[in-house]
Amino acid sequence: MPREKKKSYFINFVGVLAVFLLLAALFESNILGSRTNYVKGICTTACYTIIMVASLNLLTGFMGEFSLGHAGFMSVGAYASAIFTGFLPETGIPDFLVFLMALIIGGIAAAVAGVLVGIPALRLRGDYLCIVTVAFAEIIRVAFCNFDITGGGRTLSGIRSLSNFYWCFWVMVVCVALMYMYVRSRFGRTVTAIREDYIAASASGINVTYYKVLTFTFSAFFAGVAGAIYAHYMTAMIPTNFSFMYSSEFLTEVIIGGTGSLTGSVIGAAFLSALPELMRQFSTYRMLMYSVVLILVMIFRPGGIFGTWEFSLARLLKKGPQKKKRTGGVVHE
Amino acid sequence: MSKTAETAMPILEAKSLGIQFGGLKAVQDFNMAIYRGELVGLIGPNGAGKTTVFNMLTGVYQPTEGSFFLDGEKMNGKKPHQVVEAGIARTFQNIRLFKKLTAAENVKAAMNMHMKYGLFSALFRRKGYWEEEKEIQGKALELLELVRLGDKADVTAENLPYGQQRRLEIARALATGMKVLLLDEPAAGMNPTETAQLLDIIRLIREKLNISVLLIEHDMSLVMKICERIQVIDYGVTIASGTPEEIADNPRVIEAYLGKDEEEEDAC
Repeated sequence: MPREKKKSYFINFVGVLAVFLLLAALFESNILGSRTNYVKGICTTACYTIIMVASLNLLTGFMGEFSLGHAGFMSVGAYASAIFTGFLPETGIPDFLVFLMALIIGGIAAAVAGVLVGIPALRLRGDYLCIVTVAFAEIIRVAFCNFDITGGGRTLSGIRSLSNFYWCFWVMVVCVALMYMYVRSRFGRTVTAIREDYIAASASGINVTYYKVLTFTFSAFFAGVAGAIYAHYMTAMIPTNFSFMYSSEFLTEVIIGGTGSLTGSVIGAAFLSALPELMRQFSTYRMLMYSVVLILVMIFRPGGIFGTWEFSLARLLKKGPQKKKRTGGVVHE
Repeated sequence: MSKTAETAMPILEAKSLGIQFGGLKAVQDFNMAIYRGELVGLIGPNGAGKTTVFNMLTGVYQPTEGSFFLDGEKMNGKKPHQVVEAGIARTFQNIRLFKKLTAAENVKAAMNMHMKYGLFSALFRRKGYWEEEKEIQGKALELLELVRLGDKADVTAENLPYGQQRRLEIARALATGMKVLLLDEPAAGMNPTETAQLLDIIRLIREKLNISVLLIEHDMSLVMKICERIQVIDYGVTIASGTPEEIADNPRVIEAYLGKDEEEEDAC
């Protein structure tokens, strides 16, 4: 590993750690008083939303295919992990280990679904693929409404509450870091090449279908992880939670943040999952404000707030001392 | 000319290749043999089926008749990326670059099939990742240097001037490590200076890399200047093949290109 890369990874890690300590200090010092748990809850929500949005950005931003069924993968992950932890004994295994296993089970289940959907669907492109993903999410929803093991249309409740914010924060950091590594490797390069011109990509020796399915699966894996966090945070869920509307919400956040920028996904998701809560005092006008924000962003920054720009603390430090503003942005995590 | 020098097996050989779209026979009974290091031109009037031949030779279309061989290996039924892997690379008539990627990344994307590090190495940035990325960065710069784009490595492809985009496309095709390079109208839309530069580059890559080139071109002076052999097709049928001099004097070629001339001759 080249030394400067090592240094830049380290600096960015320190930045993330600083954000974490800041949030931890905020919650532990009890400054927020009775609202601590409420804010913590929002932050946990932000964590799994970030994973969802970043993983969807892999498809939309880097691979250039719209998916309107990402909540479907999330629900596969959520149900698989919830059923898994339901079978485990309550005591004996440390909670953290159970949580970790639940995440992996959720991820793998969603990835398997990703392969199954991806192999036939990714021969399609654009609008057609989009419709298939919608159909997939609907099939999942209807299927889960009818399986006994998923509660058969009733609420699946009594899921262990394992998603505490501190764990979720690091899970989110690891997930986003892995996605970043994927994008900045030969895999990310081929996938962006396919996005730019799939005919030229196959004429350059790139097996288009293979890399598309791989990326789709990779993305589904993280959606499954996010689903596992969701399940163990909510502790109760119903298949209709993962509706078409939920999927399109993620897509909106991807586009607002910037298609092709993981930084945009992180900040966009954090911001947009906090926005409804921040505007709770305007209660009735809340959704109106939300829409206005969306429209303004689309008019003035059609590529999303961050476009394809990526944040790097190391690069920022090199440039000069105006770092404060940007790190302030990441605090939203 | 070089045919006599090379009695060995042709590197690319098409045997009575043909394709039919519904009732239309776009190309019929197309035969061609290209030997190692040769530069062959494929010419013909608009709509003659030149690009269709290219599309068959690169696996985009599956020929409905006949077959073609690379180094004796039958290539029918292979998908485009498999054909490239085997060793036939191409450029496009209307430039198809990865527009939002830099010049270097365009070239590197074409090297992907030779890269070995796996998903795990990539995600956890293991040694294999660093070594291989460094290696291909060097190779990519070398290739860019070869097409005289050495200083443009970090420029986004869409921001390059037209002539340079064409050259970048050639570099990308070379990056696949092919044996036969198919150039589809590489000089289309170029001004004379750019065409001259292109000529130099084609000569250079032939000398340096010892590859075979099949070229479609409308710019007659270019074809006459650099091709050793020329094959002419019209309405999907080969009407002539031979050295540039033979082609220039061939009445059927003149007829296909300049139907008027023939009328005048008849009148005389």
